[in-house]
Formats: sequence, structure tokens, C-alpha cells
Amino acid sequence: MGKFGKKNKVSENIPTSALPDIIFMLLFFFMVTTVLRDQEILVEQKLPQATQLQKLQKKSLISYIFIGKPKNTALYGTEPRVQANDALLNTADIVQWVNRERDALAEADRGLITISMKADRDVKMGPISDVQTELREADARRVLYASVGKVLNN
Amino acid sequence: MARKKNRMSQEVNAGSMADIAFLLLIFFLVTTTIASDKGILNILPPKLDPNQPPPEIDKNERNIFTILINANDDLLVEGDYRESADGLDQEVKEFVLNFAIPDEETLPLYNSLPASLKAVARRDPESSDNPKEAVVSIKTNRGTSYDKYLEVFDMVKKGYFDIYAERVGLDTDEYRALTGKDDAEKALQDRGKEGIPMAISIAEPDKIGS
Repeated sequence: MGKFGKKNKVSENIPTSALPDIIFMLLFFFMVTTVLRDQEILVEQKLPQATQLQKLQKKSLISYIFIGKPKNTALYGTEPRVQANDALLNTADIVQWVNRERDALAEADRGLITISMKADRDVKMGPISDVQTELREADARRVLYASVGKVLNN
Repeated sequence: MARKKNRMSQEVNAGSMADIAFLLLIFFLVTTTIASDKGILNILPPKLDPNQPPPEIDKNERNIFTILINANDDLLVEGDYRESADGLDQEVKEFVLNFAIPDEETLPLYNSLPASLKAVARRDPESSDNPKEAVVSIKTNRGTSYDKYLEVFDMVKKGYFDIYAERVGLDTDEYRALTGKDDAEKALQDRGKEGIPMAISIAEPDKIGS
């Protein structure tokens, strides 16, 4: 029992001089990976899972389109809607939106515009195919079905 | 004099640095959304010219691998009913590499394949003639869930990527990670794809029964 009392007082505190460095390292990691959200998503977004994911080389070519049930069902109803930029679009306006997005790109890249389709997993194929028809109409034929990774069970 | 200064007190007091860093860290932790620009790439067909009739398709039925998905998310693969998409990748692989009638163009292709892929070729006269002719067709209903469609599409893509990866001696994941950003990667990518086009046709969904 008496042994405990004999401990040296000086060696009791843990050296914490490296702690700020560790924290700073974490901080820099999150600072680099963070993307501040510049738009509010008005539709539900539970991305589906897939295994064969690919990453695109040039991020500037991607325009995002969101499809899902509106979060504010009192205002927009429960049917799946399409959101691009900040507002909900009607299907017929997609061509116009694509053309605007395409004009914002450099001239050489215009043919390579890619639409990342962030569709909720509960959406049916009907609205998806309507959007795809419009994208074909607008000649933006590269579509990326945004999805999250899944571990393959085999 | 400087010499007289106590060595112990020369350090700057950094005790609160951790607190400041913690505060910033927590801010970024909360605001961060790890960018997820990953997905499955699909190239849509060009739009139809209303003045021209839709192109005639004179493909043999055996060269088309048909997958139908109905509004209940049931599958009909080459006429067989099934509930899940498991194993579809293997079937696509066997279908594409069937080589029932290899012509002079595709025979060298067959000979260039590694032995593990040659073993897949069953030369079944009921299946595809050669990889150039083979088309995988996915047809959905308007009531099919997007989730199921993507699962099937994913499996078909996996079938193709497995072939490409095996040709260049890579893992499927490694092959998919190739971005073609330098010449060596581009060459690998092209060597995998050469002669075996990824022909996945997405048919217009039908409206009946949704």
C-alpha cells in the first residue's frame, strides 16, 4: 500500500507538446478534403450503391442534377422532382439548363460535358428516363450515375 | 545579459494551441462532406432525327443478351425468370466471349486472349457470334426502381471490366482506377478494350403494368 505514495511526482504528467501537431495534421486533412456546400439540396438524396465506380479526371466538366422526392412535400408535392443548381426544374427546362451549363465551359470542352445524375434510390425509372430523354435532346450524352461504393459479397 | 536568461522560460507557451486547433478541427469536421464524384458512366445514344425513320436493326437474336426488369423488380434474363442480379456478371462475360462464329477479324482477337479468358469461350451456337457483334440490352419498366436498374447495370459493367482487366493482367479494381491521365495508363486502358466494345443498350422503358 505504501508503495503508491512513493511515486515520483514529476513523471506523472504525460508530455503533450506533440498534441498540437497531431491536431493540426487532422485539421489540415479536413481542410483539404472539405467542400463547402454552395447550394441547398431540395430533394431527398439517398444515393444507391454500386461496385463498378469510376472517377472522372476533370471535375470542371461535371454538372449536377438531383432527382428525388422533394423534402418540402407541402410545397412541392411527393412526386419525384428534378433539381439543378438552386431550383427545381420542370423536365422541359432541362435542355435549356444543359445549354447554359455548356456555355459556361471552355469551347474545347463543350462536347465532353458530363451530367452527374444524383438520383435517390427510391425513384422509379419513369422520371429517370424522362430526364435521359431530355439529355439526349440537349446532346449531353455522358451521364454519370452517382452512387456510393458497396463491398461485393462473393 | 542574454546569457543569464533561464533556459526553461525560453519556450513559448503553446498549451492553448491545441485548444485553438481543436476548435478549427471541429468546425471542419462538422462542415465537411467528403466529395463523392464517383459513379457509373453511361453514354446515352444520340437523339433520333424525326425526319428519318429509326435505323433498322438486323441483329441476330443470339447476339443480343436481353435483360428485362419489370415493375416489381423481377428479372427476366434471356427468357429465364430470376429475382436477384447475382451472377449476372459471369453470364455477361460468357456471353461476350462466346466466339461461336469467329471471323477473320475476331479470330486473332481470340488468339490474343489469355488462357483464362479462352477457357470462358464455350462456342455455343445459341450465344453470341463474337465480341464485336455482342450487345447487352437492358429494358426496364417505368415502375422499375432506379436502385434495381443500377444494380443490374453495375453487374453488366462488371462483366465487361472483368474481361478488360484480365486481358491486361490487372485486378478489376485496378483497371477501373485507370484514368488515362498519362500515356502508360491510356495504353493499358486501350489494350483492355481493344476489339471488345462495351455495347450496353438501354431500351426505352415501357409504360405497361406500372
